[in-house]
Amino acid sequence: MIRLSIAAALLASAAPAIAATHNVAPGEGAQETLQEALILAEPGDEIVLAAGRYTLTDGLSLDVDGVTVRGAGMDGTVLDFTTQQGAGEGLLVTSHGVTLRDFALENPKGDGVKSKGADDIVYYRIRVTWTRGPHAENGAYGVYPVESDGVLVDGVKVTGASDAGIYVGQSHNITVRNSIAEANVAGIEIENSRNALVEHNVATRNTGGILVFDLPNLPVMGGGNVIVANNLVVANDTPNFAPPGNIVAGVRRGTGIMVMANDKVLIEDNILSRNPTAPIMVIAYTQGFEDERYNPLPRDVVVGENRYDGGGYDPQLDGADMLLAAFGGELPPVLWDGLGSLSAAEGTAGWNLNLTEAGKGLGAAQPGPLSVAAPVGEFDRSGIGAPAALDERLGG
Amino acid sequence: MIARATPPPPEYVNDAAIMGDGMPRLLSDYGFFDDPGAQVPVPHVYPYRLNTPLYSDGAEKLRFVYRAAGTQFTAQGEGLLDLPVGTALIKTFAFGEGSERRLIETRVLLHRAEGWLALPYLWNDEQTDARLAVVGARIDLTTPAGQAISYRVPNKNQCKECHGLSGEVVPIGPKARNLSHAWLSRMVADGHLDTMPQDADQLPLWEERENAPLTSAARAYLDVNCAHCHQPGATASNSGLDLRWEQQSPDALGIGKRPVAAGRGAGGHLFDIVPGSPDASILIYRMASPEPGVAMPELGKATVDEEGLTIVRRWIEEMAP
Repeated sequence: MIRLSIAAALLASAAPAIAATHNVAPGEGAQETLQEALILAEPGDEIVLAAGRYTLTDGLSLDVDGVTVRGAGMDGTVLDFTTQQGAGEGLLVTSHGVTLRDFALENPKGDGVKSKGADDIVYYRIRVTWTRGPHAENGAYGVYPVESDGVLVDGVKVTGASDAGIYVGQSHNITVRNSIAEANVAGIEIENSRNALVEHNVATRNTGGILVFDLPNLPVMGGGNVIVANNLVVANDTPNFAPPGNIVAGVRRGTGIMVMANDKVLIEDNILSRNPTAPIMVIAYTQGFEDERYNPLPRDVVVGENRYDGGGYDPQLDGADMLLAAFGGELPPVLWDGLGSLSAAEGTAGWNLNLTEAGKGLGAAQPGPLSVAAPVGEFDRSGIGAPAALDERLGG
Repeated sequence: MIARATPPPPEYVNDAAIMGDGMPRLLSDYGFFDDPGAQVPVPHVYPYRLNTPLYSDGAEKLRFVYRAAGTQFTAQGEGLLDLPVGTALIKTFAFGEGSERRLIETRVLLHRAEGWLALPYLWNDEQTDARLAVVGARIDLTTPAGQAISYRVPNKNQCKECHGLSGEVVPIGPKARNLSHAWLSRMVADGHLDTMPQDADQLPLWEERENAPLTSAARAYLDVNCAHCHQPGATASNSGLDLRWEQQSPDALGIGKRPVAAGRGAGGHLFDIVPGSPDASILIYRMASPEPGVAMPELGKATVDEEGLTIVRRWIEEMAP
């Protein structure tokens, strides 16, 4: 590795052994000091950000494998990007085995933290907040790992993202847990990804709580093998504030958990309360596409036992008044468009649009009660979630 | 640190600085220039230009390539020349005309045994030398268009955002298709380059773009300004947009393609390119914005490239809906 002698001398080196600690403090020159530490760190090093508010004018980036960036807590160390002048995200990570923990980013101009092609990454107790609350001009994604294998998001909190708070895209072997997504357009989104476990999260006051999507024309295709379990999905009732043109701009206010064009998804043991359009929605991709690799249908989606409490009472759907009248003032919790394949635990109340073809719109809908088979056998959980080795980095 | 006010003119390039494992502190350590301030190179450092250059806030760019003794460049069709270990690419950014010209930064790409290394150097006020700035810098200056901007010198990592391809750092500019026939033939005649590359010199000369087919001019612009990120294996690969010159699929080029992670960068539009409707095309919206989070490219852009915007706009306008 290459190390610049003078810069190394500027960095405190606590550990005499292989791994070094680089201490960074807020104040004059913090942008340069912090970025310098991110560039000069060597694999295994830790960059420790002292408590305080760091005023940053440009995006930061890390491209060294095995580095830990540790702050003094998600309320203690705040990277403030309110005056950011350049770059598409607050922090960009492009190296493997990185741990980001215990700090916050506020008001990044684009995305919060993006990690691309960064395998085995841990996001632990990271907060990304757009402080003015929901606003179309906020950045798109809060926590944004993409094209990666091995992603652990734990104890994260994202507020105000104009697209998705926690967005995992085109990746494999993912866990998102113990996190809070609040007042984003989409709370947590798993897109074109495989083997994802989404558990013990709180998704509230988003437009849509938890979304599992597959989209055409992306380098990584074939999303599926996803478990969404033990989440609290409550009052996702913020009007959609996504800039038009984004795929999430079409998400209806009041969507709890939504599965679109995905293969093998289990939804169980969640508490779904006060999601006024639909606590659970299972649908096909409706736009036109030209991609032979793409399957627009939801396949083998399993709705297990969940607790439903007050949903579907103010659906953002065409013909809502008639639907409400037909269903007695509140739509049943599970909405399926009738395309692909779905099973549901016995006694699950739902309704079915009974569409016969994807992409033809709701005009052909013939709504009726949901009548699907009960799940057959145990859901195969093997290989789902982040590699266990990532957990080991959370200690200390 | 005491800066050397006037480094003695070198007689030849310091191969150890290029090939070693350190990061030289000063540009003069390499010995690329006989007269650094005037950008007069020493022997074996050859100036070149690109037919269609990358726009960087209107900066004038002075490009050089250094060939190490005992090596030779190799043609690879219309693509990047194969520049062996020991080669250095040197690019100086300047603003201002004539005696008012100020050198701002010089970026070097060094081909070492372990791969290419990109380093930014910042010029001193005296214009005698430039110093390594791994964290980059911001500099207040006025563009040729008369706009006062905060010009961003990228940091070492940001170099990789544009130069990264499939995990490696690679040169971007010296593709045979974007180098003049005259320059390439001279390189061959002088023994620097093994043979005349096939399909060389295809990209139109930017100053003469009005005489070139519109599609060529626009596609050359996108290839040079966007495709280093927007291609498989590069920084923006997850967008699925591929703006390389050789890409022929309308979908990959953005025609009728929906954005993936454009956020507010979509500007309320549905497709990257809507044939016949530049104002409904995300590509144009992002090119026309200087605002972080919307602006494309994300780096090296404080101002909108009006000329580039015009040519791409016309190309979309004339596309059959």
